[in-house]
Amino acid sequence: MSVSTNPSARGRKAVAPARRVRRLSRRDKLVLGLMVGIPTLIQLVLVWIPTLMSVGLSFTRWNGLELTDIKPAGAENYQFIAQDYPPFWPAMQHNVLWLAFLAFVATPLGLLLAVLLDQNIRGTRIYQSIFFAPVMLSLALIGIIWQLFYNRDSGLLNFVLGTAGTPQAVDWFGDSSVNIWAALFAATWRHAGYVMILYLAGLKGVDPTLREAAQIDGANSVQTFFQVIFPAMRPVNVIIIVITVIESLRAFDIVYVINRGTNGLELISALVIQNLVGEGQVIGIGSALAVILLVISLIPITFYLSRAFGKDKEA
Amino acid sequence: MSIAHPTDAAAAGTPADAGPRSSGAGSTGPRPGRPANNKQGKRHYGTHVFLIVMAAIWLVPLGWAIFTALRPKADTDKYGYFSTGGAFNFDNFTQAWTQGGFSQLFWNSVLITVPSVFLILFFASMMAFAVSRVSWKFNITLLIMFTAGNLLPPQVLAAPLFEMFKHFELPYAISDSGNLLNTYISVIAVDTAFQIGFVTFVLSNYMKALSPELTEAALVDGAGVWRQYWDIILPLCRPALAAMGTLEVIFIYNDFFWPLLFIQSGDRLPVTTAINNLQGQFLSNYNLIAAGAMITAVPALVIYLLLQRHFVAGLTLGSSKG
Repeated sequence: MSVSTNPSARGRKAVAPARRVRRLSRRDKLVLGLMVGIPTLIQLVLVWIPTLMSVGLSFTRWNGLELTDIKPAGAENYQFIAQDYPPFWPAMQHNVLWLAFLAFVATPLGLLLAVLLDQNIRGTRIYQSIFFAPVMLSLALIGIIWQLFYNRDSGLLNFVLGTAGTPQAVDWFGDSSVNIWAALFAATWRHAGYVMILYLAGLKGVDPTLREAAQIDGANSVQTFFQVIFPAMRPVNVIIIVITVIESLRAFDIVYVINRGTNGLELISALVIQNLVGEGQVIGIGSALAVILLVISLIPITFYLSRAFGKDKEA
Repeated sequence: MSIAHPTDAAAAGTPADAGPRSSGAGSTGPRPGRPANNKQGKRHYGTHVFLIVMAAIWLVPLGWAIFTALRPKADTDKYGYFSTGGAFNFDNFTQAWTQGGFSQLFWNSVLITVPSVFLILFFASMMAFAVSRVSWKFNITLLIMFTAGNLLPPQVLAAPLFEMFKHFELPYAISDSGNLLNTYISVIAVDTAFQIGFVTFVLSNYMKALSPELTEAALVDGAGVWRQYWDIILPLCRPALAAMGTLEVIFIYNDFFWPLLFIQSGDRLPVTTAINNLQGQFLSNYNLIAAGAMITAVPALVIYLLLQRHFVAGLTLGSSKG
């Protein structure tokens, strides 16, 4: 914001590096100020200021009605969440499980598909289209589609297992001992295709001479992949790590569609919303949960930004 | 889901090559020709078996939904869901369409998606132009702020945004809630703000790769900043804009959360959020639910078939540094 309101400072700083900036007229500076200022203002007002407000609200007690009712509460909300809020620790566990499953099942599966499809294999385009199709669908819709598959009485899975219509039939999304796993398979359906497409692009970008050199040195294809190709895709690997972590923190739509994130499907993101729109709004608790989510998210975000922008800053 | 996914390795000029039509080119094979084939024949056989099995598994959920949707409820009640008896027709689709009010829901999706995508491309390209073509102090700081904002989980800002919109009073002539809640504007504004970051990041990398001489020549001719942006840089960014536009249409169309938070009237919800109500609306008529779900999938799948290249390019397009 300081940007748009302070064009003279900008002009001064820019004298040295770029010849073309010095020639900017007054009008050009105004135009540039607006070009930067309007998007920045939108970003500040609708993303960053609300984020800071979440932090502020997390230290208050408020029912969401009158602004004058906001009362300071210190760290009470956090204390309540950690000690007296039963769904919190299950939700943390589920988020960790979500991350572990995406990281150790869905992502490697996507990588495997990419490696296999990167060979000159017949029908690769058809395979890619099939694996990629779920990426086009919203997670909410994926929840519904898998609900049809998982249903106790009408779902395909119980028919295939031969339990449909018997007392052993499992309600895969309803039974709190299995529904998180059922949801994770549904999430994998989408995530693996996403990872596959990014790695396919990454594999195309690897210098083919690297592979040839490794093979001349006598490395077999597995060695070549893990010791040469995979490390060469480092930039893609960073992005995949970030996407995997962020997706597991953002997981929300699918559990909300199934049962609003209750009964075995608690996730931090869902608890935030439950406290926000539930019967008795407890904005303070919801905000404290949001801040916990924020703090965890800052780890992958910082990791990513340091990789993506680190070199720029040195330059 | 709208994470920044710049794939450095996707060579800047040919991001679309990463897409499903590629890989025949033999850019990476050990020896991109026939000779190695005999040795690899066996391995490819196993690979094919694996891929066919995986592809079949991948198709099952969608296939089952389509199968269920095509069968009348009476027939599935009579023969069971796991059977092929009875008729196959589109009756469920027409019934779901009218009973679910899909024409209104799709119109709502259009009203939200179209303005959002245009605003995103417009603001993000301006921002990207300013940070990539003009060098000044806060370029990187701003770009970091924009990129980071896009990576936040939306739930982090849900409460303050909801309260801000609730306390932003509007005349009842404009909004029947008397504030910004339950309006399309609220969803469009937040979608735009949230997505600008990602698109700015991608477009700025794209613009950085364009030669600086392009605009310098224009400057000599006396072209102002706006003309450089609008007449010179934007037309050159057409491939990136097409890719980002396609991607954002899908992202916004698929967005479930913001309308859920801001819009209370069921008849104002966009399709993606409204499917959450299908199960209640159609009770346990799974055939209708399946039909409704498939109707919702159609726009995404049509875009997929028509604009797959742009979509994949959008996903893999990104920075050339790292």
